[in-house]
Amino acid sequence: MSLNIEVAKTDYQKQQRARLKGYWRNNYQYYLMLLPPVLFYIIFKYLPMYGLLIAFKDYNFMIGVFKSPWVGLDVFKEVFLDHSFWMAFYNTIRLNLLTLIIGFPIPIIFALLLNEINHRGYQRLIQTISYLPHFISWVIVYGLILVFLTPHTGIINILLKSLGLTEINFLFNKGWWLFVYFASFIWKEIGWSAIIYLAALTAVDPQLYEAAAIDGAGKFKSVWHITLPGIKNTIIIMLLLNIGKMMTIGFDQPFNLQNVMVNDVSSVLSTYIYDMGLIRARFSFSTAVGLFQSVINFSLLLGADWFAKLLGEEGFFGGGRQ
Amino acid sequence: MNQRLASGNKAFQIVNYSLMFILCLVFIYPFIYTLAVSLSDAKYILNGSVFVIPKGLNFSAYRAVLSDTSLIHSLLFTIILTVLGVAASIVMTTLAAYPLTRKGLKGTGIILRLIVFTMYFNGGLIPTYLLIKNLGLIDTMGALIFPDVIQTFLLIIMMSYFRSIPVELEEAAKVEGCSEFGILWRIIVPLSKPVIATLVIYYAVSYWNMFQQALMYIQSPSKYTLQIKLYQVLNVFQQDLTNSLDTESVKAVIPENLKSAMVLVTSLPILVVYPWLQKYFIKGVTIGAIKG
Repeated sequence: MSLNIEVAKTDYQKQQRARLKGYWRNNYQYYLMLLPPVLFYIIFKYLPMYGLLIAFKDYNFMIGVFKSPWVGLDVFKEVFLDHSFWMAFYNTIRLNLLTLIIGFPIPIIFALLLNEINHRGYQRLIQTISYLPHFISWVIVYGLILVFLTPHTGIINILLKSLGLTEINFLFNKGWWLFVYFASFIWKEIGWSAIIYLAALTAVDPQLYEAAAIDGAGKFKSVWHITLPGIKNTIIIMLLLNIGKMMTIGFDQPFNLQNVMVNDVSSVLSTYIYDMGLIRARFSFSTAVGLFQSVINFSLLLGADWFAKLLGEEGFFGGGRQ
Repeated sequence: MNQRLASGNKAFQIVNYSLMFILCLVFIYPFIYTLAVSLSDAKYILNGSVFVIPKGLNFSAYRAVLSDTSLIHSLLFTIILTVLGVAASIVMTTLAAYPLTRKGLKGTGIILRLIVFTMYFNGGLIPTYLLIKNLGLIDTMGALIFPDVIQTFLLIIMMSYFRSIPVELEEAAKVEGCSEFGILWRIIVPLSKPVIATLVIYYAVSYWNMFQQALMYIQSPSKYTLQIKLYQVLNVFQQDLTNSLDTESVKAVIPENLKSAMVLVTSLPILVVYPWLQKYFIKGVTIGAIKG
């Protein structure tokens, strides 16, 4: 009896092993392919996460992350007592919030207007041209801004002077700096951000418009009652995504546009971390700032994802898997 | 009633067409003006008479820019970086995308989740910098290529394309004794030319425009990318700029010419390539849409 069980057991194990062998023989090449990408993700994406430990240590480059002494939350205390950190923190939120308020509706309006252009060729031409600035780097945009705004030589100031007005040093004045910041952002991204709405607009059933026209609805009525409800979901998702990114701010734009005169409004977390970490070599300090930012970011995104799912949309973490 | 609607509609169309036309000018005009400034004589720029067409045509700004050897170095370095970077990125992204889209392959679910996670959470600037330093990559081209050799967003775009390729083709090849590497190389890659073209463009743009990494990891001037070089030229004080380029032609040139010429040289590849390949530029978003 027990012998039978033993035999059955070893049979089963043999079978399993054979199956595994077969699976391996059929598929080992796939794993071979995956090896370099997986190594890349481990080394360049997950190892730095281990490096986050230095936010809780008194990091010394000579002895490495592992041997540096623990200091608990001391570094964070230091960060939270730092006036310049809070300035960067508030500036990040201010710039993002204003970018959202000003920058969010504009691509939608642009998409709606573009959608009303009946001439296909003209529509495509405008679309194509509007995407172009997205592919231009911020350094180049900064160059273009300088060519336009520099006192004495920039065209705007030359025009102001010829009108008898005083020249404005746009990038050195806090109020104007903010204006340039938002204007350049909108110029660069309006076309690109509109793509998603344009895609959603093509999905609106044209029969609805015909029906509305027969009922005597004008342009604005049909936009209000048909078009906007048709792209409502896209708008909500994009809004949630933008809110989820409230604490994320690109490095290139503020870094290029900034200068000493406007530091009070232009210093944001990304440039602050760069400055503290790489220029002043305060590694533990700037890592703590980065970690604090990442944690808020990630929580905001989780919240936005949860809310999107609550509304019956697909979440943000699916990785494109249906 | 209907007539009033129709005429209102027509007025709207006219306003809308014109508005869009003006908007197009807003997108293009900065480049046109910069081009005009770069080719104009200093005195016309200073009295504000250059708007669209260059006045007092002269190429001395370009002569000054292109006779600067450090700039030629940067140009060559950036071209090599872009070519090598794109090649490495395409190979790595394909190697990841293909197995990850095979149905029934064990472990891909968890690997994909761990990969997507890095889009939303990462070690951040300083830990990554310290890693690059520990790996001895500071001041090498590797520091500009390796840390983002696969962009997860582009990997997802490629994966969604691979999923749309019918499995039957691969099965037929398998029956004929083709290995998995052989299938990837001989069947999948040739069928995926459109998505590969899209990825080549996206990677090329990001290597060409690379700024922050170059700022962080590159120290020796011979390895400055064009963007860094442009950034320096833009931020030099006017006096220094004219002194630093001590060519004959500089005399007729003011910083505005030089800066404009530099801006155009740096953006030229994108401006030239864009009109021809714009459909590949756009394809990326329409596939990956919200996932960005």
